[in-house]
Amino acid sequence: MSNEPTLKPAVPTVGSGDPLLSITGLKKHFPVTDGFLFKRQVGAVHAVDGVDLEVFPSESVGLVGESGCGKSTTGRLVTRLLEPTAGEIRYAGQDITHAGRKELAPIRSEIQMIFQDPYSSLNPRHTVGSIIGAPMEINGIKPAGGVQRRVQELLETVGLNPEHYNRFPHEFSGGQRQRIGVARALSLSPKLIVADEPVSALDVSIQAQVVNLLQELQRELGIAFLFIAHDLSVVRHFSQRVAVMYLGKIVEIADRKSLYESPRHPYTHALLSAVPEADPDDDRERIRLTGDVPSPLNPPSGCRFRTRCWKAQDKCAVEEPPLVQLSGNAEGHLTACHFPEEAAVSGVPAQRAEV
Amino acid sequence: MLRFLVRRTLGALVILLIVSMVTYALFFAIPADPARLYCGKTCTPENLALIRHDMGFDHAWPVQYWNWLSTIFTGGTFNGVHCGAPCFGYSFDKKELVGGILLDRFPTTLSLTVGSAVVFLIFGIGTGMLAAHKQGKPADKIASGFSLLASSMQIYVAGPLALWALCYSTDLLALPTYVPITEDPLGWAGGLLVPWIVLSLIWTANYTRMTRSSMVEQLSEDYVRTARAKGMSGTSVFMRYAWRGAMGTIVTVFGIDLGVLLGGAIITETTFSLHGLGELAIHSFRDSDLSLLVGVTVVAATLIVFFNIIVDAAYALIDPRIRLA
Amino acid sequence: MTTQAKPEEVSAGSGGTPFLSVRDLSVRFSTEDGVVRAVDSLSFDVAPGSTLGIVGESGSGKSVTNLAVLGLHNPDRTEISGSIKLDGQELVGASNRELEKLRGRKMSMIFQDPLTALSPFHTIGKQIGETFRKHTGASKKEARDRAIEMLTKVGIPQPTSRVDDYPHQFSGGMRQRAMIAMSLVCDPKLVIADEPTTALDVTVQAQILDLLKDLQQEMGTAIILITHDLGVVARTAQDIMVMYAGRAVERGTVREVLKAPQHPYTWGLLSSMPSLTGDVDVPLRPVRGTPPSLINLPSGCPFNPRCDFREQVVGGGCTTERPPLSPATGHAAACHLTPAQRQDIFIDQIKPRLG
Repeated sequence: MSNEPTLKPAVPTVGSGDPLLSITGLKKHFPVTDGFLFKRQVGAVHAVDGVDLEVFPSESVGLVGESGCGKSTTGRLVTRLLEPTAGEIRYAGQDITHAGRKELAPIRSEIQMIFQDPYSSLNPRHTVGSIIGAPMEINGIKPAGGVQRRVQELLETVGLNPEHYNRFPHEFSGGQRQRIGVARALSLSPKLIVADEPVSALDVSIQAQVVNLLQELQRELGIAFLFIAHDLSVVRHFSQRVAVMYLGKIVEIADRKSLYESPRHPYTHALLSAVPEADPDDDRERIRLTGDVPSPLNPPSGCRFRTRCWKAQDKCAVEEPPLVQLSGNAEGHLTACHFPEEAAVSGVPAQRAEV
Repeated sequence: MLRFLVRRTLGALVILLIVSMVTYALFFAIPADPARLYCGKTCTPENLALIRHDMGFDHAWPVQYWNWLSTIFTGGTFNGVHCGAPCFGYSFDKKELVGGILLDRFPTTLSLTVGSAVVFLIFGIGTGMLAAHKQGKPADKIASGFSLLASSMQIYVAGPLALWALCYSTDLLALPTYVPITEDPLGWAGGLLVPWIVLSLIWTANYTRMTRSSMVEQLSEDYVRTARAKGMSGTSVFMRYAWRGAMGTIVTVFGIDLGVLLGGAIITETTFSLHGLGELAIHSFRDSDLSLLVGVTVVAATLIVFFNIIVDAAYALIDPRIRLA
Repeated sequence: MTTQAKPEEVSAGSGGTPFLSVRDLSVRFSTEDGVVRAVDSLSFDVAPGSTLGIVGESGSGKSVTNLAVLGLHNPDRTEISGSIKLDGQELVGASNRELEKLRGRKMSMIFQDPLTALSPFHTIGKQIGETFRKHTGASKKEARDRAIEMLTKVGIPQPTSRVDDYPHQFSGGMRQRAMIAMSLVCDPKLVIADEPTTALDVTVQAQILDLLKDLQQEMGTAIILITHDLGVVARTAQDIMVMYAGRAVERGTVREVLKAPQHPYTWGLLSSMPSLTGDVDVPLRPVRGTPPSLINLPSGCPFNPRCDFREQVVGGGCTTERPPLSPATGHAAACHLTPAQRQDIFIDQIKPRLG
């Protein structure tokens, strides 16, 4: 190691203390209707289909998966932008699954969201000052020293010039806009931020700047994150625990070290081996999944991954594997598979994993 | 497709029911008494009551509406005139069956609309495509400038101007009049030439602008670039790709415009003193001629609803991504 | 004052006569705000059957370069100078008719987002067959058979029925396969793939990259792979050219550039990317600042305002003199640091940070 400014290691208190956010059996089905004169439901898109997840205070939990796996829907359910079909969402012990506007009001300020597209998620007709200040005004919060002062502090926190208070979003670059989005999320001093693909629209070097900023905030302000992304490397860098979703279900969840070094679910393994690394000597074993993700309108019976899984047997079509801790798994490493990978098998060769 | 058409037709009937009912309700919300108008100057209360009864005005409006509605299917007799189903009532003002009046007036509106539509579609789309093709060049600027000028003209300005320039002061063209095409095709065209020119001028401008903007939009689409990257020639990219994409918008707007125009171009017909549905609408309102008013309204609404269905069906044929439901 | 370096001689990527040879290419657009210098004195070669990866962030000129090769820019607003030779034929200044004959036959393009890049109004089979008919004069029937043959080749199941489907009836991965089939239908000797997998999920990306490699081996096509993802290049290309602000800043084989990068910008790109094995508790080291405006480029080396090492250049030529890409052949970088300095900085400061 060189003399890098090592950040104080975050202490993920997995399993200890009370979770800040706790989701059990969460489901979201979007109805599909058809009918001659009167609409009737003929099916449902099983976008999220029974997700259990906990996020502890000051912890970052990554949610990865391919498009259509339900990760973004999960984020929108947690922030209650969508109404859950079934299951339970608890925030700090309080059931908010179907809480109304009034009950949600105090919690809305504690759960904030950062969106993917820094271009469409900022109102082009408002100044940066009013965008960042709006959450405070809506919630009737009057910070000491006034809203403008607080907004300027926030701009400084996210690395923007506080004098740019009166500028409009189009005067900023993509990376700077994403910082504005972060400042807006911070304006109410949230305890949990749901970040939905916050860096995937940005260029590589700008992406790293924003990841660093978020990491700094997470550590210094003790904010918990539900970090939704498709980029496995970014998620590993940012999140202490990582959950892998496939077709509306979590197939594997673990501490990042355990998940990336010893994936037990074939899908996790395949996903990791598909990530191209910028290393010409990268000789990891490659697993090629064939075909596409099946339609969530009519997910496969039993294990949902079985249609693309090279290990699938008859049992997989009949019986849905439960998300449990397999023998050989580290504490808190849960896998939903009937025929898991060997504990030693790894998406990352061992000699490189030790670097 | 069939399922779609049946479903939409049923929906359209519901809309027409609502439109006719609302027309009835609104008519009775206005303080006017058609019976008194009909009764004339020497009006005794007995006479008035009798007329009211004859005209059916002695019932509450929902009852009258119901009578009107059932007469469509059963027919009836008014002032000794028999009206077979489908019967749209009797105009006491004109002393004629409403259905007959509408049939009498519709050809004028139809001729006016179809004639100018042919012209403005050809010229509007042609000029618009030319402008899009020569984007930013003089041809585009001239076409765009002309269309801005022409589309800001109003019929009640352009109409009288054209009448003055082409008819009154120069006698170049005949004054607008309607002669059925079956009687005298030349006279039919000659009589409508001036309204066609004026109407087409304004609508051509609209269609030029619309065609140009949707072509420009389509030309910047990724798939148009792909077509060029495959080696497709300029013309085939323009026609097979960009025009194919622009067509959807134009067909949609044209379908709706056609419905509106056929329902009666009120200002145009008034400007050129043509006796079409538009003029009829104004007169029936002025004369508190309820059954005629409802008749005109329902015809206009039917045309608009009908063309909306046609537009949706056409759109599905143009764009394979649209599924009719 | 910017001193223009004299045009460098560049070797053919992997030896032999290059199939595509670009010399001193400059592309300028006139806009309302001024002249955008999208590409500036760019030279490179692509050998037959080899793959060149062009890496850069948005605005680096990588896409513009390739649109210029195909002649797809807007001729009214674009000024192109230099030379582009395809199989010995000069393309700069060639007539539209000549270019039309080459496009799709000798050189073709694969675009990033197959959903928008394929016409929604025509069937997949028509779009593939059309290219074939245009260049070979084949009949409709022959074109359709050829389309089915190509769909089979790119691994579309049931090609005889899918040939009549529209793009929206295909999944994302299938659409990109169809796009590849379309670009290869006339057996071109050069394919330009512009971010071909960016819109796809990681497992599908792996499938598509494998497919491209297989087809390349089978048909002997040269490929220019434009991407922002160094991992994708590492997996597919033999040579890399890194672009910044419309210029090539580093060029070499994949191994040379990724294992022993020479340019500070390449260092920045590599240390911006989190890896699957790197340390997680140290911040990423992105390039600071934002890319320059192409209307108002910094004088001298365009990277100098973001460079961490310009103080170390003896004589301080960074702000006055544009460094040429040197040496003329082999692994080269456009930087005023001496090769020895670069070597030392990379080994002492950069390498330890990379995973």
